[in-house]
Amino acid sequence: MGGSLTGGPLDTGELVSPAAGGPPLRSRRFERSALRSTLIALVSTVVFFGVLAWIVVHAPNWPDVQRSFFNGTIWNQSVPDIVPAFGVNVELFCVSEVFILVLALVLAVLRSLPGPVFFPLRLLATAYADIFRAIPGILIIYLLGFGIPALQIPGVPTSTFFYAVVSLTLVYSAYVSEVYRAGIQSIHPSQEAAARSLGLTQFQALRYVVLPQAVRRVIPPLLNDFIGLQKDTVLVSYIGVVEIFRQSQIDQAAAFNFTPYLVTALVFLVITIPLARLVDVLIARDRRRFLAGAR
Amino acid sequence: MKARIGGPSATGSTSAPQATGRTGPALRVEGVWKSFGQARVLRGIDLELAEHDVVCLIGASGSGKSTLLRCINLLEPVDAGRIVLQGEEITAPGADVNRVRRRLGIVFQSFNLFPHMSVLANVTLAPRKVLRLSRRDADERATALLDRFGLADKRDDFPDRLSGGQQQRVAIVRALAMEPDLLLLDEITSALDPELVAEVLNVIRDLARGGMTMLIATHEMGFARDIATRVCFLDDGVILEQGPAGEIFSHPREARTQQFLQRIVEAGRL
Repeated sequence: MGGSLTGGPLDTGELVSPAAGGPPLRSRRFERSALRSTLIALVSTVVFFGVLAWIVVHAPNWPDVQRSFFNGTIWNQSVPDIVPAFGVNVELFCVSEVFILVLALVLAVLRSLPGPVFFPLRLLATAYADIFRAIPGILIIYLLGFGIPALQIPGVPTSTFFYAVVSLTLVYSAYVSEVYRAGIQSIHPSQEAAARSLGLTQFQALRYVVLPQAVRRVIPPLLNDFIGLQKDTVLVSYIGVVEIFRQSQIDQAAAFNFTPYLVTALVFLVITIPLARLVDVLIARDRRRFLAGAR
Repeated sequence: MKARIGGPSATGSTSAPQATGRTGPALRVEGVWKSFGQARVLRGIDLELAEHDVVCLIGASGSGKSTLLRCINLLEPVDAGRIVLQGEEITAPGADVNRVRRRLGIVFQSFNLFPHMSVLANVTLAPRKVLRLSRRDADERATALLDRFGLADKRDDFPDRLSGGQQQRVAIVRALAMEPDLLLLDEITSALDPELVAEVLNVIRDLARGGMTMLIATHEMGFARDIATRVCFLDDGVILEQGPAGEIFSHPREARTQQFLQRIVEAGRL
């Protein structure tokens, strides 16, 4: 059915017609072909997802699935429960992100220190990154969240929220420090040489010349990790923090219906998709800048 | 820079026993060796610059010109030998590298401006952070220099908005803002389009007239002939021949120098 349509936009015979002549004509032609491309994209999307929906809806057990995942009544009941619970997640990832960005930067700088004197610091930073990237986050959350309060050391916090933030910070700062480090290494050594040749100390060269450029360069991957962090906040439900996922589990168990999970999924979609688009925009901007800079 | 001519430059040189009443050499390089792995890049360099000297280093690519400048700036540690700046040995183990570099300006072939900073910020960074000038004093100093080299209207632009020639002039201004005793120039016109070379060389001529002591690695032979009080021909890590520009260019003694100059003439660069 789409056969005749898809052949359209690359129909070169039409585009290179000798009558086309001057630039205004050509640009009108270009506009027309752009419109055609858009139409084709639209039609093919509708057809593709139409077919997909048809297959799902005509699956043998669709009525049962519809009842347990797409139940309107339960949807309406669980939204007022679940959406406010997301506030806990927001708090979790905002607080953690601040600590992550700071701790990871420190780690990345430690790993970038040159010279034999700093070997112990480099070793520590490397070991940290290796260990916390190797162990699954959920295990860190369990071990800290259940293990440390169990020691019953006086003065040590017992709040699960506290251990949630600590665990997420430990895990994510290991990843984020690698992102920073890649950024630092992407700055050409001649920049540091130029700074040092002016008499700046190594720290000053790092602080004023290398890091500002490095951090700017890694903002898109940093945001990417931030998206990952947002989703991983649901893991702390396992040590008893009542956040969005825990709340939807409670609702699911009460109604014996999976619709609350769908609500939760939608909340995450709504929050992460704009961020993902922002990452795209930033990457595109960097690319343009890079191409412009290349002269 | 200008303020320094005949100025307080003699103060640091008490330790070097020199002819009485006269300033010690601005720079003395004694038997400097430098290897990168197996490659012996500098093989015993001896060189002396008096105050206000303009010495041009010429020689083929790979002859060690850039490495010598980087060693003098302490960007590369020397393997053997000494470098003495106004009587103070800067290659001594305890030498304060950062303090030495304040007195030595270097300009690179590839400009190496800081792309995330405006022209003004590029020029004022070191005066503010190293010399601890106030923002206003640093701005004033930078603006005067930018003005002097025709860059006043580029003050707030970012480096990527400037032509290569303008970028290199900013790099020179950035080095001058530290008021160095000695300026090292490392093939500063090699990365420029031909029509932009003159504007940069004119800046250097202006500095030479002002009495700035300079050590210049260059492929611009005409320029070297014009400006140099002395020309040194580097070949395979040694200074094979040196003397007044007229002498080196007209009557080179060494066969290697003759060969090199012959190739330059054939390439139409002299």
